[in-house]
Amino acid sequence: MTGLTVLVPIALGMGLLGLAGFFWALRRGQFEDLDGAAQRILIDDEEKAS
Amino acid sequence: MTAPIDHAALAEAQLADSRFTVPGMRCAGCIAKIERGLAQIEGVEAARVNFSAKRVAVRHDRALTADSLVAELAALGFEAQAAADNPLAQDDGETRRLLRALAVAGFGMMNVMLLSVSVWSGAAGVTRELFHWLSALIALPVIAYAGRPFFASAAMALRHGRTNMDVPISIGVLLATGLSLYETVTGGRHAYFDGATMLLFFLLAGRALDAAMRSRTRAGIGALLSRMGKSATVIDTAGNHRRVEAADLAPGMVMLVAAGEALAADGVVEDGSTRIDNAMLTGESTPQAVRAVDTVHAGAINLDGPIEVRVTAAASDTVLAQIARLMDEAGQSRSSYVRIADRASRLYAPMVHSLALLGFLGWMLAGAGWYQSLVIAIAVLIITCPCAMGLAVPAAQVVASGALARRGLLVKDGSALERLAEVDIALFDKTGTLTLGEPVPRIDALTPEQMSVALALARSSRHPLSLGLACALRDAGVEAAPVEAVRELPGHGITGTCGGVPVALERPEQDSADMAVTLRIDGKGTTIAFHDAVRDDAAAVLATLGDAGIPARIASGDRAGPVAAVADRLGIAWQASLRPDDKLALLEDLKRAGRRPLMVGDGINDGPALAAAHASIAPSSASDIGQQAADAVFLGRSLKPVAEAVIVARRTMAVIRQNFGFATLYNLFAVPLALAGLVTPLIAAVAMSLSSLVVVGNSLRLARAAR
Repeated sequence: MTGLTVLVPIALGMGLLGLAGFFWALRRGQFEDLDGAAQRILIDDEEKAS
Repeated sequence: MTAPIDHAALAEAQLADSRFTVPGMRCAGCIAKIERGLAQIEGVEAARVNFSAKRVAVRHDRALTADSLVAELAALGFEAQAAADNPLAQDDGETRRLLRALAVAGFGMMNVMLLSVSVWSGAAGVTRELFHWLSALIALPVIAYAGRPFFASAAMALRHGRTNMDVPISIGVLLATGLSLYETVTGGRHAYFDGATMLLFFLLAGRALDAAMRSRTRAGIGALLSRMGKSATVIDTAGNHRRVEAADLAPGMVMLVAAGEALAADGVVEDGSTRIDNAMLTGESTPQAVRAVDTVHAGAINLDGPIEVRVTAAASDTVLAQIARLMDEAGQSRSSYVRIADRASRLYAPMVHSLALLGFLGWMLAGAGWYQSLVIAIAVLIITCPCAMGLAVPAAQVVASGALARRGLLVKDGSALERLAEVDIALFDKTGTLTLGEPVPRIDALTPEQMSVALALARSSRHPLSLGLACALRDAGVEAAPVEAVRELPGHGITGTCGGVPVALERPEQDSADMAVTLRIDGKGTTIAFHDAVRDDAAAVLATLGDAGIPARIASGDRAGPVAAVADRLGIAWQASLRPDDKLALLEDLKRAGRRPLMVGDGINDGPALAAAHASIAPSSASDIGQQAADAVFLGRSLKPVAEAVIVARRTMAVIRQNFGFATLYNLFAVPLALAGLVTPLIAAVAMSLSSLVVVGNSLRLARAAR
């Protein structure tokens, strides 16, 4: 029973943290351009010297 | 000391945000090119590409105008249009609201389930009561937040004296929550918060999928749309020039239309002569010559020289707007189409209500007590709840439209897929649909030298014939000759010098019906003829449609000669010289005869027909009106997506029918058990989730089948 008083708030807190993270990501526009994110990985960061 | 801060604030005030639609971006290279290219321009603070929406947002100095940024994008090699602030904000908002509700429901479901598992596995006494209270604490706000889409829709339906899918859902969720709360307060054995949150989670998943599909394809089509002139330069009586918004133009004003500009209103040419590109209106690529007293229409693009146009009709009186209205009316008949999910729910919702009510009354009469009877009624509501049905249609349609999008066909919404599956006859427009609608030059007879000079000249012009010529020559692997002093003379052609020899690409001396240009090297002229090529796989696609029981015929506004030539080559029936209302009448006749016609066309003259047909498809090269009216838009030079659309749509309907069949079978077993009182609301929720998973799994098969 004493374990529960620690574990239940931890479980709930972690869930809430995940939820807050998702809301934050949604507000920051992380899901606006899913196709673009897949393409951007292919862009070379430095222009070639040639 | 505060100076630097003031400075920064001042600089901030000078910045503006603009958005541009860039339909031409296709790869990572394009993203990098646009972002880096724009960032190098003086006065541009930042540029960010949204690849999904084919849009770029630019943060720039107020001194930079939208027009100059469009010009910069053109210099980078991308055709761009300034976009209105955010026309899609509303749809984005809906998807986001559903995603947020889904996240909240998911959070609630998992935590409540965690607590419920310990209760089932034998927690008793104080622990059980504590867990019930905790569950209530989590579930109440979650249900209040995540249930809003359903409660709002149910309340709306009830206010209008109707019932829909959301009514049994709302009643089931509210009853289960109320009963659980009563249990919790009185220290009872069972609480059903887990069932209620799980129900909401799965239903929201279906809704979110549906909304995501609609907003994604709408963004794809929105990127292709919007080309009409949004403002015009007006010359007033004193001879002053000023910019006027298209909506504020009035008959009698005189517009100065520069080369390359789109007309914002209908009018009569007052002064100057030029050629205009009417592709947006007609889908025809051949430029049309106009001079004083000729009539020109909004949406046409001035190609050669500046003209002055006296406005005769503006805003909603333009031909463009009138055709849009005609289309709107033609589309009314289509809006009476009832989607399959709604047809199912019309039968289903009242049945579920009466079953639950009967169950409650039956057990009350049998003397089970109101508590026991209520639990059974809730179990019936939840177990029959059209979860599998709610998912059956959107899941299959989202998977199918995703598979089609990968193969170059954008379907506007789910009902389009349902209607595409039902078509049994196909009408094709000729120009731009069966043919490519862009001029293809005959370059076989040219010498390598002529080819390389022609490419060097053609690539420096935006004229449709030059574009077609340059494209064909590049495809043939021709290298451009070193041509210097290239100049474009509006209305005449392009001149330059190559190794000291004067060269030119110009209009042929005699005007003929066929499109042609004359290539002149040191005075010696060669005529390059253009023709409108039939799409390579047109015959194969028509054969595929024929095999699927869909005969095809041509319904064209073109003259009989060219139409017959194409029809004979493809071996199908044809009708020529049809005006827009003739096409409309043809479709009405077919409909009256009980047929379900598919219209494939591109021009504005096809607009009303596209809107009136049972289902319609337009190529991405179509006039904007055509794309707006069509159910689906296909990209690229191949006609194959048309046949694929019909075949995938039919397969989708087969999967939807399987899903419905499964849901019915499941209910046949589950409802009697629930009515007999053998199922608790929790088991009902689990069974329902399992049935949803089966439906989603079945729908996912479409992704493989369409490959």
